[in-house]
Amino acid sequence: MNTSIVLYLHVHQPARIRQYSLFEIGTQHNYFDDTDPNHETNNQAVFQKVAEKSYRPMNRLLQELLDTHPEFKLNLSITGTFLEQCEMWDTELLQSFQRLVATGRVEIIAETYHHSLAFFYSRFEFEKQVLMHREKVQQLFGVTPRVFRNTELAYNNEVAEWAESAGYLGVLAEGWDKVLGWRSPNYVYGAPGTQNLKLLLKNYRLSDDIAFRFSDREWKEYPLDTNKYMSWLGAVPDDQPLINLFMDYETFGEHQWADSGIFDFFKEVTKSWINSDHGFLTATEALAANEITDRVDMHDTVTWADTERDLSAWLGNHMQTEALRYLYDLEDSVLRTGDLGLIADWRKLQTSDHVYYMCTKWFRDGDVHAYFSPYESPYDAFLYFMNALRDIRWRISEYHRGVL
Amino acid sequence: MLGWELPPHNSGGLGVACYQLARALAEQGAQIDFVLPFATPVDGGDFMTIHHVTSRRAHPGALAYGDDFDSIRPVQNSYKQFITEHVATNKPQVIHAHDWLTYEAGIHAKELTGAPLVAHVHATEFDRAGGERGNPIIHDIELHGLMMADRIIAVSHATKRLIVERYHIPASKIEVIHNSVDAESVSYDSSQQTMYTYVRSLQSEGYLAVMTIGRLTLQKGLTYFLHACAKAAQHSDHMVFIIAGDGEQRNELLQLSADLGIADKVLFTGFVRGAAWRELYDVADVFVMSSVSEPFGLTALEAAVHDTAIALTRQSGVGEVLTNVMKYDYWDIDRLADQLVNIASSTALRHELAIGARRNFASISWRTAADKLLSHYKTLTAGVNA
Repeated sequence: MNTSIVLYLHVHQPARIRQYSLFEIGTQHNYFDDTDPNHETNNQAVFQKVAEKSYRPMNRLLQELLDTHPEFKLNLSITGTFLEQCEMWDTELLQSFQRLVATGRVEIIAETYHHSLAFFYSRFEFEKQVLMHREKVQQLFGVTPRVFRNTELAYNNEVAEWAESAGYLGVLAEGWDKVLGWRSPNYVYGAPGTQNLKLLLKNYRLSDDIAFRFSDREWKEYPLDTNKYMSWLGAVPDDQPLINLFMDYETFGEHQWADSGIFDFFKEVTKSWINSDHGFLTATEALAANEITDRVDMHDTVTWADTERDLSAWLGNHMQTEALRYLYDLEDSVLRTGDLGLIADWRKLQTSDHVYYMCTKWFRDGDVHAYFSPYESPYDAFLYFMNALRDIRWRISEYHRGVL
Repeated sequence: MLGWELPPHNSGGLGVACYQLARALAEQGAQIDFVLPFATPVDGGDFMTIHHVTSRRAHPGALAYGDDFDSIRPVQNSYKQFITEHVATNKPQVIHAHDWLTYEAGIHAKELTGAPLVAHVHATEFDRAGGERGNPIIHDIELHGLMMADRIIAVSHATKRLIVERYHIPASKIEVIHNSVDAESVSYDSSQQTMYTYVRSLQSEGYLAVMTIGRLTLQKGLTYFLHACAKAAQHSDHMVFIIAGDGEQRNELLQLSADLGIADKVLFTGFVRGAAWRELYDVADVFVMSSVSEPFGLTALEAAVHDTAIALTRQSGVGEVLTNVMKYDYWDIDRLADQLVNIASSTALRHELAIGARRNFASISWRTAADKLLSHYKTLTAGVNA
């Protein structure tokens, strides 16, 4: 049997917090509504920009490939926060995603609605968000996800145990060397403490060649063309069943710009792969077609981020850990209000991007371009987040004052 | 009168003190030509003639405390040039120069006109450098200005002592004239909609609001302040700390508040002016001046106007005027924490401190300061015109 590609693209936009000051706490609650067209925290402007550069051209290309090649298949995870923005600002774009899924060859992967780290803070809240996402996907796409991914592919043994108990067939995770050792990510694995749950592990070399390095002029393999990449794919022995290419959807057109040739590259690689008698699989198909070869034991949490492959970009300093501690401390009191607007805002603050913007590990080196942030510094990100959090607290007390 | 900034475009206490002093002098009949480096408009300066050396507006960093040395030098040269031309046709009776920024121009004017030079010391380079010698060129300019001055005005006895000990200037040449505060300029109009909704709502739940204001810079001792806040917060859950101002330490302080686990209790307002500034004093229950070295510390007097309990470091000159306050050494985190907890837990103590500070304040005025200064002017000019 020939090797197949499992292509998985992650679609997400957060609700960024505007420059929300202390003086607005208790009077303005619209932290996510930046209307200044010049601000990078203007969510609608960012959405439209990325839609133009990435979502629209890539969806067009995906649709074209699906229409012309019955062998072509892929997997998408689309966050609830993205879907909400899509519904608000670009229903045509939403329809183009719906058309992709309607082909029956685009599988939607389960995740938290808010792209949050709730798994590590509150199992109750986490399950609620997974359920919210499931309902949103059912409502918009008429399908029910069967394979789970956690935010940023944050994975450990507990995630596997949870996913099995929640009825999922498998989980997507990072195929990190430190965990796999000599083993290849190109097989299906299992997890200790589970029976049938299967893992699809990202082939990070072949994935990151596209996602991170494609237009990097410092890279010794630059420029990456179809033949070269095909030769790397071809180097995978035929008896290895899968090449799991996992990456951000925004790789196409946003992280790697159109003028880098990324769209043509993707199209050509897809066609060449199919012409060389290879196929694509959805996650469910890949899991069904392959038995567990071995079990991988991941005590520590592994993610698909940075060279560290851990959560340090989100929880690496005290600003980040404090921010999330305060946020999740509010869980009971927020939920008790039953105020849907308040609860929704509290959940939007859980989106992991907010703490990512507070990451100082690159900022300290002065390498401000090494990560994406709409703020001048991680400290500004922290300041605005904390002010928004204080307003959430204020709204909770207001509610209780009203009740009493 | 040679100065660098006046309100509303001031970066700190220097501009406010210059303005209030000049106004009090004018009310006593002095005619003042006030020279400013930039063409930044001044609020209510009709009582004197204000000259602008350049037609440029000051960018916020160009004000007295903000700019780096290299960009200040050319402005100082233009300033000196302007003074040269100005005194050729307008000979002053007294030249009054505020801080090192204008000392060179002051010395030059003295050489050209023979008029006596009064050097007013609001802060020395030792204060700005946190006790170190600081920038050697600024040190030398300051020393030269103090040597050439016919009279030195220090804003506190502590500053006078420092001038004697570090610059070896004879004490007899130095007079202490404390700053004051114009109560009206800081008064808060309570009929206005509050800008501190959040803080006031916390207070209604029994929280104590502790505030400090100033440039977020080493001299202000704010890392010690935050450590004390963290200690106090362990003992008293209902405290919130407001840090007003901006400066190069801002990011460090944000990070530190998170490291100490009190980030949710520390509010950063950024630079505040106008209504937000005035109301801040009204909101605060406790005012802390945590400076490592503070020649005077006008903001503490502003707090005294507002019936606020005050804690000051012993290293703050304003303590010579404000005696009904809690005092501590800037490094004594435990002591400040203890004081804050006690103020939080005793309404009576807070009340007594507030009334006491207010009483201290009532005993001083810009009028008194102006009277003292005028008598020095008279002594200096006696015989000159004869």
